[in-house]
Amino acid sequence: MLSILRTLWDVFLHAFHKRVTIQYPEQKAYLAARYRGRIILARDPDGGERCVACYLCAAACPVDCIALEATEDPTGRRYPAWFRINFSRCIYCGFCEEACPTYAIQLTPDMEMSEYRRQDMVYEKEDLLIAGPGKYPGYNFWRVAGVQIGGKDKGEAEREDPPVDLQSLMP
Amino acid sequence: MTRLLSPHPIWALLGILFFALNIAAFLIWYERRLLALWQDRYGPNRVGPFGLLQPVADAVKMFFKEDWVPPFADRWPFIGAPAIVAATVLLGFAVVPFTSGIVITDLDIGLLFFLAMSSLGVYSVVIGGWASNNKYALLGGMRAAAQMLSYEVFMGLAVMGTVILAGSFSLGDIVAAQQRTIWYVVPQFLGFVLFLIAGAAETRRLPFDLPEAESELVAGFHSEYSGMKFGLFFVGEYLGVTLISCLITVLFLGGWGGPGLPGLVWFLIKMFGFISFFILLRAALPRPRFDQLMAWGWKLMLPLALANLLVTGAVVLAVH
Repeated sequence: MLSILRTLWDVFLHAFHKRVTIQYPEQKAYLAARYRGRIILARDPDGGERCVACYLCAAACPVDCIALEATEDPTGRRYPAWFRINFSRCIYCGFCEEACPTYAIQLTPDMEMSEYRRQDMVYEKEDLLIAGPGKYPGYNFWRVAGVQIGGKDKGEAEREDPPVDLQSLMP
Repeated sequence: MTRLLSPHPIWALLGILFFALNIAAFLIWYERRLLALWQDRYGPNRVGPFGLLQPVADAVKMFFKEDWVPPFADRWPFIGAPAIVAATVLLGFAVVPFTSGIVITDLDIGLLFFLAMSSLGVYSVVIGGWASNNKYALLGGMRAAAQMLSYEVFMGLAVMGTVILAGSFSLGDIVAAQQRTIWYVVPQFLGFVLFLIAGAAETRRLPFDLPEAESELVAGFHSEYSGMKFGLFFVGEYLGVTLISCLITVLFLGGWGGPGLPGLVWFLIKMFGFISFFILLRAALPRPRFDQLMAWGWKLMLPLALANLLVTGAVVLAVH
């Protein structure tokens, strides 16, 4: 009996508590830096595309919402000819980001992507690409990879020794 | 037998009808805002200023719902049931004296008339539950009947103390007697508490909403109802809350009496105080088990009400 009265009083006191609601459209909720929202494609610090079109993200995606096609520029540098993410299917699990070997695909703390038409939820490569390097500012895959591309020969990558001349007898 | 206090009874009637129905609609918004306040939320605050137009939006939505009668239901009782609850509660408003002039009819047996009308309201629930031809609805209806029987008994006994003190069943006379002496919440505190509890049970509101008990019975007696028929059950429930709050005000808190402000304002203040209290009950208390509810009614409340009646009668006899 007393506990009922105490409950009533305690609940009544909540009238003077601060309300926890965030009035959303006017007032934004805090989203952590690692929040898994809209997916972007990042660029290298020098402005080139990071994505090497390895298809690992598409393979990792549990709902098959990522589609892309690889191509190569004349200097041998791989990149996606087109890259498409169907956000009406995406579950924002972040597996693509984990699978990506070049930090190209990243999830961002943005979830305001409502559209009136379903087709508008399909983002193409130009919608996905951003200007900067995203979460990994100093990283440049093509500068550390041992692959030979235009403007960077074998042995010219960072922390890479020049190739050994197997024909030479000199040490 | 009846005497009309108001000079324009038809205006009083229309005014009270308008007032009661609007209060019932407004209570939908009021309850949701108040529940939200006690749960540290905001509640509906988007439609119109402070969300005040929320009942309008709800009503528009209800009107556009399909008005569906299940093929397995008993058609005419199914359609009639929601009307009964609203009609009986609205009839109950006929005897409530809002201020000295504003009352539709001040019956000599006004209190009995109110008790009769509030008892008739349960037919709506039972018929609705039976006509739905659905086991959850039937269980809800049966619970409503049992609960109403148990709580009706001591509800009537709880207010007999005020009748003994005032010497009249007329609500107008009871208010007048309180204005001559003292608000009956003081000498009849036990009766007041019992009537408050019985009133909450009578209107089938949490924590006494076992007839609908959405965690056990889907939606209880109105599981099969949709559209405006469901809306009428809702309006009936809110009208019931308003009516019970009016009755508590009249019987125990001196009706429209109070210093300074006009009578109607005092009446509304007290009435809304009790409506808010019923909402607080809903916000704070869990629903009891059915056997607990019955045991409470018969083994605790009824003896208390009888004892209250006995002591009040004895004291009044001794004083005279």
